[in-house]
Amino acid sequence: MLLTKDEGKILDGELGEGKQKAMQILKTIGEIYDADRLIPVTSAQVAGVSYKTIGDAGLEFLEDFAAKGARASIPAFLNPAGMDLKNWEEMGIPRKFAEMQLKVMKAYASMGISATCTCTPYLIGIRPKRGEHIAWSESSAISFANSMLGARTNRESAVTALASAVIGKTPNFGLHLNNNRVASVVFEIKAGMSKLTDFGALGIFAGRLAKERIPAFEGMNRSFANEDRMKSLGAAMAASGSVALYYAKGITPEWVVPAGIERVPIEQKQLDEMKAKMQSADSVDLVTIGCPHCSLQEIKEIAWRLKGKKLKMKLWVCTSGKVKEQADKEGYSAAIREAGGLVVADTCMVVAPIEQMGFKSTGANSGKAAIYLQSLCRQKVSFKDVEELL
Amino acid sequence: MKVVGRIISKGIAEGEVLMSKEPISFLGGVDAKTGIVVEKGHPLEDKSIAGKVLVFPRGKGSTVGSYVLYQLKKNGKAPAAIICTSAEIIVAAGAIIAEIPMLDRIEGDINALFKSGQRAFVNADKGYVEVF
Repeated sequence: MLLTKDEGKILDGELGEGKQKAMQILKTIGEIYDADRLIPVTSAQVAGVSYKTIGDAGLEFLEDFAAKGARASIPAFLNPAGMDLKNWEEMGIPRKFAEMQLKVMKAYASMGISATCTCTPYLIGIRPKRGEHIAWSESSAISFANSMLGARTNRESAVTALASAVIGKTPNFGLHLNNNRVASVVFEIKAGMSKLTDFGALGIFAGRLAKERIPAFEGMNRSFANEDRMKSLGAAMAASGSVALYYAKGITPEWVVPAGIERVPIEQKQLDEMKAKMQSADSVDLVTIGCPHCSLQEIKEIAWRLKGKKLKMKLWVCTSGKVKEQADKEGYSAAIREAGGLVVADTCMVVAPIEQMGFKSTGANSGKAAIYLQSLCRQKVSFKDVEELL
Repeated sequence: MKVVGRIISKGIAEGEVLMSKEPISFLGGVDAKTGIVVEKGHPLEDKSIAGKVLVFPRGKGSTVGSYVLYQLKKNGKAPAAIICTSAEIIVAAGAIIAEIPMLDRIEGDINALFKSGQRAFVNADKGYVEVF
């Protein structure tokens, strides 16, 4: 991979050790994947924020990297943390965990990376345009940006996205090149798919079959396939497989699907079977909504559904700090609280330490959450729609 | 015997070869405090990678594994050098941030070239490894 004169200077350490390390990372990744050069990116979304996932290892690196002078040179923002940064006590987060999480936040703040702490930056006004190159690293955000917005990003790791935040560039390979953005399997939707969990179940099924390939969907009903449902579909495919880009006819801005590729019909029965397969709990201690993070509309619906109700179990409605502010203003947060639930910001059921907090079985309406609650969080899971969970 | 490879992370090191025919997950698979492989059923289970020239096909698992290599280095329990069949993002980024010399794409079959217990000298400034 060829570097420009200025990039070469950074690699030689002329602009400090932080930038040098970041350039070494990008150059090496570029060479491993046969990139020809670095290209500018307009934003970086940095994963590796929850202390539960990065642990002491990540914290030590971030503190040292910040001390070496690493600073973001483009708009850069964070994935969810392990707790609500303001109301962690009310959530029941252990104090020791909170202290370590706040240290992680401090390290990122000193590098100039904004504490948006969300997997849905596109719901708080960060919507890259079609053809725009970005370096994002949360798998569902990657999928949404590539598919629903038509932006260009690879599946960045926590480290490579951080390096891109510092340098403002990424190696030109993979999904940055149009040649690599071609579908190789079509799912023919014959299912009704009227519920959110239908999209999650389809995501689990399609992700397992597609693995790292690019799937396309034909026959999806446009009136059901709104952004909230599509974010759930993409999230599940990125969790059960490594799908970073999909096409949906009439829904995604692009459709690059050659003739003669594998075709897989999908009936409602297969989706119902998948939902039954993901079901491992009869009753739950906690219901979690917001994987990916809830839109204001989703929070509004929950508030409406809970009117006059008293919940028997705990409820977390997970969203970004910014959307929570709006929900507070509209009175949705208060309505949810009235019923015994909590709107939590900056975190979610997957990256919060719920297994350390005594929860054994959790309900979720998200296919992605259903997968990770079982594996990462050691929970029994009830995978159902909001109206059945609450 | 001297063979050339591609430079992933610069540096020079010498040590005893520790060979795994299976990929390694650093997050959850290696104890960052002791350098001991803890993944159940892994061919290197209960063995220490500290100070070794660690030869394996590639990394696997979470990308947080990069940070575990960094922590191993800070704890003095990192491998002296890493040789992979083909580098991927986790181990490559980890070797760079931890400043562990690393090569990949060695000429020839690494399973035939290396045996655990041999001594190896890795020159990842020039891109070769010598086995004694």
